[in-house]
Amino acid sequence: MTAVLQTQGLGKRYARKWALSDCTLDIPAGRVVGLVGPNGAGKSTLLNLAVGMLTPSSGAIEVLGAPPATGPSQLAKVGFVAQDTPTYAGLGIADHLRLGARLNPGWDHDLAQARITRLGLDRSQRAGNLSGGQRAQLALTLGIAKRPELLILDEPVASLDPLARREFLQDLMEAVADQELSVILSSHLVSDLERACDYLIILVDSRVQVAGDIDHLLATHHRLTGPRRDLDRVPAGQHVISARHTERQTTLLVRTDGPVLDPAWTVSELSLEDLVLAYMSRTREVDNSRPTLEVAR
Amino acid sequence: MTWITWRQLRAQVLVVYAALAAVAAALAITGPQLADLRRTNPADFLVLFPQDGTYKPLYFVGGAVVYALPVVIGAFWGAPLVARELETGTHRVVWNQSITRNRWLATKLGLAGLAALVAGLISLAVTWWCAPIDAAVNSTEPDGGFFNITRMSAVLFGARGVVPIGYAVLAFVIGVTAGLVLRRTVPAMAATVVAVVAIQVATPLFVVPHLISPERLTTAITATNLRGMSLSADDDMVTDIRINLDKPGAWILSNETVNSSGQVVDELPAHEADCAPRTGELADKASSPGPPASCFEDLAAAGFQQEVVYQPADRYWLLQSIQTAILLSLAVLLSGFCFWRIRRDFT
Repeated sequence: MTAVLQTQGLGKRYARKWALSDCTLDIPAGRVVGLVGPNGAGKSTLLNLAVGMLTPSSGAIEVLGAPPATGPSQLAKVGFVAQDTPTYAGLGIADHLRLGARLNPGWDHDLAQARITRLGLDRSQRAGNLSGGQRAQLALTLGIAKRPELLILDEPVASLDPLARREFLQDLMEAVADQELSVILSSHLVSDLERACDYLIILVDSRVQVAGDIDHLLATHHRLTGPRRDLDRVPAGQHVISARHTERQTTLLVRTDGPVLDPAWTVSELSLEDLVLAYMSRTREVDNSRPTLEVAR
Repeated sequence: MTWITWRQLRAQVLVVYAALAAVAAALAITGPQLADLRRTNPADFLVLFPQDGTYKPLYFVGGAVVYALPVVIGAFWGAPLVARELETGTHRVVWNQSITRNRWLATKLGLAGLAALVAGLISLAVTWWCAPIDAAVNSTEPDGGFFNITRMSAVLFGARGVVPIGYAVLAFVIGVTAGLVLRRTVPAMAATVVAVVAIQVATPLFVVPHLISPERLTTAITATNLRGMSLSADDDMVTDIRINLDKPGAWILSNETVNSSGQVVDELPAHEADCAPRTGELADKASSPGPPASCFEDLAAAGFQQEVVYQPADRYWLLQSIQTAILLSLAVLLSGFCFWRIRRDFT
């Protein structure tokens, strides 16, 4: 099966600053991928590269087996709901649907109409008068009714209140289940993604920290608690993500493919949020001389 | 894409077309009467028509509309075309439908450019309406009056014929380019207004008269051809002599006195001051008896002649075609730049 997103050493530089560097990913089809990281980590840059709004400064990117936005057929395969879910403020909802129908050969008229009806939106209302949640729903409708193979959403719920957030994500998940499409969506809050995603990319400081199947990530990351000890004495197969020491105790968060055998450690499970937070704060807490983590598949 | 382009542009287009239609209707109704006025009063037509309560304002309105149209099209059609999308982020919507940026831009440029060209046709209506006036002006020596300006002049060359069509199309593309480069609507509109006005002012002053190398006539200054002299402010030196070319409708580029070696003179010998009338800067020979014959003999004896550089009236349509072709070529070049520029990163 073709990868939905494949990058090799992908980087993007604005003036002198690298917004994304050395990003190598291989995301299989049929997944709902959460892209998580703090604000300014490069999430939007990666997604904009994937839809061809940006061109890479280094490396290569392929979406569904071809460079992004290279032609109408490639564009037709990828739906994009941009950050802040832009819509034409002066155009009505019906106008937006007409725009989608005119510009997309694969436009699913019935789907679009059914969604608007279900959302209870007045077709003659101008997009400029919609609430944030309604506007996001309209943008999502445009993205879904285009019938893409891959739908990319850049912080679609960032500006929504908690209720609208949940409705939007539920709605998205229903559409995913109905249409069997692959999805990549970003957020700076892992709680948004927890229920929706089965694959996670953590992006911090313009670099991919870890990427992989969420179940696999949870199975290979552990919290180890035991008597205080130096990090040098951790076995080679265990990568320390974060470490905390008190007078007598050391708490480590490690990634390891094998079991933890040292009886001195008490091993406990991690929540997804713990895992993400550990990676987000990792750059500050851990000595950089430790080998960096390879991408987990 | 055609539909969405029209949907986004229709308000601006309809406003401009409605205004132009109103002007065109006024011209169509009054045009035949204006032509009749000249037919019945061939001699004093140029004095009569500015006294009329309809023709005089229409003469101004016609000129103003033709000059203002490119500015309006550039600022209100061209500048927002791309800039508003970039400003509000909707380019991220439309560029992610199943249509390439190139086709998106091509459709917008093509359709709105065509609309600009059609709007520019108002110039032909104005030209038709003004035809009796322009013809009357071209059949007499210019008297320097306001309603006596030939269409072959920096003032009116861009207000008649096909040149305004070129201006309209170019101004539109300038607006699009400004929007694409500045990425903000209001600054793009301002830049477009400045650029279009600058082109409208500079082109007829510095470019059009030199598109074809002008004619040059060197002749003796005589009592017959003398149009006037001007004196320096402080003393009684003659600083300038003008003669009549006797080629009605010609575009006079310079009208200067040269010495025997062909150099332009700034001041004439002191004795010439006696030839000039005492009052008035540039006295008209019609209102004064004119200098004595000895003045002209002295000028000729000292080797002074008058050199007039001009474009003959019969080059009007040739110059019009060349300038229009240049304006349209610039529009095509700028469009090419837009297609190159739109490949950049936009987020």
